[in-house]
Amino acid sequence: MDISVTLRGQTRDLVLKNPVLTASGTFGNGLEFTPYGDLASLGGIVVKGLSLEPRPGNPCPRIVETVAGMLNAVGLQNDGVEVFCREKLPALPWREVAVIVNIYAASVDEFARLAARLDGEEGVAALEVNVSCPNVAHGGALFGQDPLQAAAVTRAVREAAPRKHVMVKLSPNVTDITSIARAVEDAGADSVSCINTVLGMAVDLPARRPALANVVGGLSGPAIKPVALRCVWQVARAVKIPVIGVGGIVCARDALEFILAGARAVQVGTGSFIRPDCAFSLAAELPAACEQFGVTSLDELRGSLRLD
Amino acid sequence: MQQSAYCRLNVRELTPYGEANGAQGRFFALRLERPAWTGWNPGQFLMLRPASFGLEIPWARPFGICDMTENCLTCFFQVLGRGTQRMARLKPGDEVSVWGPLGKGFALEPDTPTLLLAGGMGIVPFVGYVKNHPKPENVTVLFGHREPLNCYPADSIGERAQWESAQERAPEDRDRFLSRVRERMGECAGKNGLALACGPLPFLQTVRRFSQEIGARAQLSLENRMACGVGACLGCVAQRAGGASVCACREGPVFWADQIVV
Repeated sequence: MDISVTLRGQTRDLVLKNPVLTASGTFGNGLEFTPYGDLASLGGIVVKGLSLEPRPGNPCPRIVETVAGMLNAVGLQNDGVEVFCREKLPALPWREVAVIVNIYAASVDEFARLAARLDGEEGVAALEVNVSCPNVAHGGALFGQDPLQAAAVTRAVREAAPRKHVMVKLSPNVTDITSIARAVEDAGADSVSCINTVLGMAVDLPARRPALANVVGGLSGPAIKPVALRCVWQVARAVKIPVIGVGGIVCARDALEFILAGARAVQVGTGSFIRPDCAFSLAAELPAACEQFGVTSLDELRGSLRLD
Repeated sequence: MQQSAYCRLNVRELTPYGEANGAQGRFFALRLERPAWTGWNPGQFLMLRPASFGLEIPWARPFGICDMTENCLTCFFQVLGRGTQRMARLKPGDEVSVWGPLGKGFALEPDTPTLLLAGGMGIVPFVGYVKNHPKPENVTVLFGHREPLNCYPADSIGERAQWESAQERAPEDRDRFLSRVRERMGECAGKNGLALACGPLPFLQTVRRFSQEIGARAQLSLENRMACGVGACLGCVAQRAGGASVCACREGPVFWADQIVV
């Protein structure tokens, strides 16, 4: 069964050999996972969020395990775009698998400069615009919570990177996710990925301290799957551009559920921590899972949720 | 394609330790089928996740490798949280996921006088270290512990290496032990020896301070919280002496004491 997928954008399409991507921040630069599978067997690799300059990230503890999930407040620690382009990208099998670079900046202008820098990199297939990081003091979440700001960032990236597919990652920490989705679609986004982490908190009762140094962080993992599924369902009905589902996906059945709700592709995030071959095995098992659930094609399944 | 470093193994045996001293259900040796690893170094670790964690407990747990034989991989754990509580219920035949061996292990210099400094569960990687050392007559072990000695997998070490242990029953016992650590580190440094330490963070901080004061070559094994073990979650970052962030899982967990901040 052919499980290849084309994300038809308003400006640039993104062709994937299968609908399984990795989620930013859970798969390093991809190279960390070569002992666990063949990167070229994935639909795409979304690498750890990059900024124009290196960022040290937040103090530890930055991660804490919760029931069926985890909180993180890593704070976008990364080596900066130049180190990525010089040292990491050339080592990735980008001719065989779509490399999608997650980008973060603190201003619209900085987003544009970062996008322009990556537009010239042949190995980069797409940009995923992070307008929804809950863990940095300036930016991220603010861009993603205001339709005007989200649109401004999207427009700037769209114009600065005319050769790249532009995917915008949406935050669930909003009153109405569809209004943000429509705003970024109108601003030229080629696709949207939903969702980023859900803002949460854990405390250490005996110590009477927050579990994270940042106090609050982003919840991910199976615990947020129902939230993500709801967001994908709502957004897929609100926009025409493709929706990429992300949030608690750990197996082929989960992936098919998101496609049923309207997603064209999915991202595996915290699943890669549960088992490092999670994305690889999910991609390998997808055809058999389709057969098991009577799915004749992903197009047929997509959005076929019965409401009667 | 190369063989995946991820595998599923069956539990061979879960052996409680220290039961005679009232430590029921708290210390265990976990013996698994042998994975298809081509090699490992003492000080390296593995990520271990019983199938019984389901989706409720998402993270695997990092454990220092205690020993590996022709047909058996052994790790050792103390019950502390919800993960190890569930591990304490493992039965022969139960399935666990394992990935490894991960990280960088301890330096091994066969002809160098080597001092192993262990605090509590920090003894675990030294079991394999002593067993695999080609010249164990050059190895001395100094072990400080709070629980009775038979709670720890220490029995095989004394058969091959020089061995000294001290139980901490009162605060002054700890001071006495740390004085002994400093004394031994001084002797070791005098012979241009190597000191390797594994144990709780305050213990590592003390060993690092001694190494600076004495000028002793020393390595420390860090035990930072981590989710993935492969350098992706960025939960286990430590600071290099120069200020750069490094993942303890990939660049460590063993670091030269003068190159890492603890």
